Amino acid sequence: MSKVTIATVWLDGCSGCHMSFLDQDERLIDLAPLIELVYSPLVDNKEFPEMVDVTLVEGAVSSDEDLHKIRKIRARTKILVSLGDCAVTANVPSMRNSFKVADILKRAYEENADLNAGTMPSGQVPTLLKHARPVHEIVNVDIFVPGCPPHADTINYVLTELLAGRKPDMTGRTRFGI
Amino acid sequence: MKVMPKQIVIDPVTRIEGHGRITIQLGDDGVVQDAHFHVTQLRGFEKFCEGRPFEEMPSLMARICGICPVSHLIAAAKACDALLAVRIPPTAIQLRRIINMAQIVQSHALSFFHLSSPDLLLGMDFDPVQRNIFGVLQRYPDLARDGIRLRRFGQQIIEWLGGKRIHPSWVVPGGVNEPLTEQRRNQILATIPEALEIIVRTLDWFRTAMGIFQEEIATFANFPTLYMGLVNEDGEPDYYDGRLRVVDSAGNVINDGIEAAEYHDYIGEYVEPHSFLKSPFYIPLGYPEGIYRVGPLARLNVADRLNEPKAYEEWSAFRELGRRAVQSSFYYHYARLIEILFCIERLRTRLSRPDILNKHVRAYAEPNSFEGVGMSEAPRGMLLHHYKIDEQGLVTWANLIIATGHNNLAMNRGVLQAAKHFVKGNKIEEPMLNRVEAVIRCYDPCLSCSTHAIGKMPLHVQLVSADGGILDEIKRG
Ligand code: SF4
Repeated sequence: MSKVTIATVWLDGCSGCHMSFLDQDERLIDLAPLIELVYSPLVDNKEFPEMVDVTLVEGAVSSDEDLHKIRKIRARTKILVSLGDCAVTANVPSMRNSFKVADILKRAYEENADLNAGTMPSGQVPTLLKHARPVHEIVNVDIFVPGCPPHADTINYVLTELLAGRKPDMTGRTRFGI
Repeated sequence: MKVMPKQIVIDPVTRIEGHGRITIQLGDDGVVQDAHFHVTQLRGFEKFCEGRPFEEMPSLMARICGICPVSHLIAAAKACDALLAVRIPPTAIQLRRIINMAQIVQSHALSFFHLSSPDLLLGMDFDPVQRNIFGVLQRYPDLARDGIRLRRFGQQIIEWLGGKRIHPSWVVPGGVNEPLTEQRRNQILATIPEALEIIVRTLDWFRTAMGIFQEEIATFANFPTLYMGLVNEDGEPDYYDGRLRVVDSAGNVINDGIEAAEYHDYIGEYVEPHSFLKSPFYIPLGYPEGIYRVGPLARLNVADRLNEPKAYEEWSAFRELGRRAVQSSFYYHYARLIEILFCIERLRTRLSRPDILNKHVRAYAEPNSFEGVGMSEAPRGMLLHHYKIDEQGLVTWANLIIATGHNNLAMNRGVLQAAKHFVKGNKIEEPMLNRVEAVIRCYDPCLSCSTHAIGKMPLHVQLVSADGGILDEIKRG
C-alpha cells in the first residue's frame, strides 16, 4: 500500500496548531510508516506537490500571499482540513479587522520605531488584505477541527480516521477556544 | 524579480518557525555582494490589543506564538504586575520560573531535534526530500525518539501546571491561578531522571560531532558583536527576572543592572524597508554599530557562573571555545543543549524545596499605574512587553520587542558571511543554499513571535543576470 500523502501549511496563525500536531509525541513514530509528509514547515520541500491526499491548514487568510497559496493548495488537495480556530473562524488574527491596515503599519513602523521611522516595509514583503478571513470563506473546506489549538488527541483521531478511509465525526471531540 | 545585478532568492527558508525569505545579490563576477533576510508577515498585535482589558493580555499575547506561548504569558503577566504595582508572592515567582524553564526545554528540544538535527546528523548535503525529522526517525530512531521524549518532558510539565500544553492560562496578573500540589510535584520530579539521561547522551554525541563542522563554525555568523541577557545577583543567567547585562566581544561587561522600565534608554528599533522585522540596536553605539545577539549563546556569554553541577562543567568547556566571548552562531546549538541541561537540573533543585507547595500564590489589586513593562527571557532571548492603560484598565498602546528581533542585524550579517563563503559563481547548488539557511536555523528564529506572524511559502531559487535573463534555476523537492 502506498503511503498517504500529507501536507501542513501555516497561514496567519501562531504555529500552536502545528505544535499540537507534534504533541502527538510517540504516536508520530507510529504514523511515520503510514504517511508521507510531502510539504510542511517541518520538511525542506519548497514547492507544493501536484496532488496531496490530506492538507491541514493552520491560520487565517491575511495577505495576498496567503490568498494565492490557499487557492493553489485547494486545487491540489483531495481533503482540506481547517485545523484550529484561526483557520475555522479567523480567531485572533481577525482582531485586527476593526483597525485600518495603515494604522497597524503605523503603530509598528512609525510610532514604535526610533530610526528610519515612518518607512513602511514594501516590495520584498506581502501586502496585508483589508481583513483576515477564515479559510472556508475563500475556498471549500472538507473538515473543520476547532480548538485553540485542537488537542493532540483530536488531531490524532482525525488522522487515524482519515487513514482508515472514514470521515472523522467531530461531535463532542473538540470545541472553540481555550 | 527586482532589477538588481543578479539575485538569488531562497523562499521560503524552511525548518524555521515562520515566514522568511533570503535574497543574495551577486556582482557580474559572480561574487556575493550583499544578502538579506526578509521576514514576510505581520499580524498587528501591538495595535489590535488597543481597547482590550489589560487582564486579557497574558492569554491574548500568548497567541502570538504557539512555540513559546509561556514566554509571552510571563512577559505579559509581569507587565500587568507592574500595572497593578504589586509584589507577587515568592512562591508564585518560583512557579512561574518552573513553567518558564519547562518551556525552554521543550522549545530548545524542538529547535535542536526536530528542526536542526537533520542538518547535523544527516548532513548539510543530504537529499532534501529526506532531510527532516522523519528522515532522522528512519535512520537514527533512538536519537529522534530522544528528541520527541525530551520535548514531551517540557510540554508535559506545562500541561500539569497550566492545564494544557499550548496556551495555558495559569499565569495571571498578580501571580498564578493555583498552587502546586504535592502529587503533581512528585509526578514532575519522577520524569527528571530520564530527561537528564537524554540530554547528557545528546551532549556527548554533539561534542564530538562538532569536529566535522569546522567550516560552518568558521563562517556561520562568526564575528564580534555585543551580547545581552538577564543575569541574577549571583551572575547566573536568569530566565525569569534579573537585570539586563551587556557584554562586548572581548567579554567585558559594558553595561549591567539595566531594569525593565529603562529598556528604551538602551534599545532602539530601526525600520528595515525590506522586512517586516525591525532591527533593534544598542543605542549607546548607534545603528548599525550597536549590533548585538541574545538567546542561548548570549546568555552563556554574559554569565559568570551556572550553579548546577553538570551544567557548570559543560558551560566551562563551552567558554573555552572562545578566548573571550564565544563568537560563532553555530555554537547556538551547543549553548541550547547546555541550557536544557541547566534547566532540568534547576527544575529539580527548585521543586525539591518545600516552600514550592506554598498555597499563597496570587496577589489581588486594581491597577495602580498607567504604564508597565515586563522583561524576561524567552527560549530565543530577552523579551519585552510594554503596555499603557487608561483609567478603565483598557489598553491604549503596546510595544513588544521580541527575542528574534534582537538578533535581526546579526542574522542578516551572518547570512552575508555564509553566502560569501559558500555561494560562488553562476551555478546554484542546493547544499550551498542549505548552508545559508542553516545560519538562520542556528538562531532558531521564531518569526511568528518576531513580527507576531508566522507562515511559509514554496522555495524557488533563480540566479538572474543584469539584463533579467535566468542564468540558473532550482526548485527544491
Ligand atoms: S487556533 Fe490558536 S493555536 Fe491555532 S494558530 Fe490560531 S491562535 Fe494559534
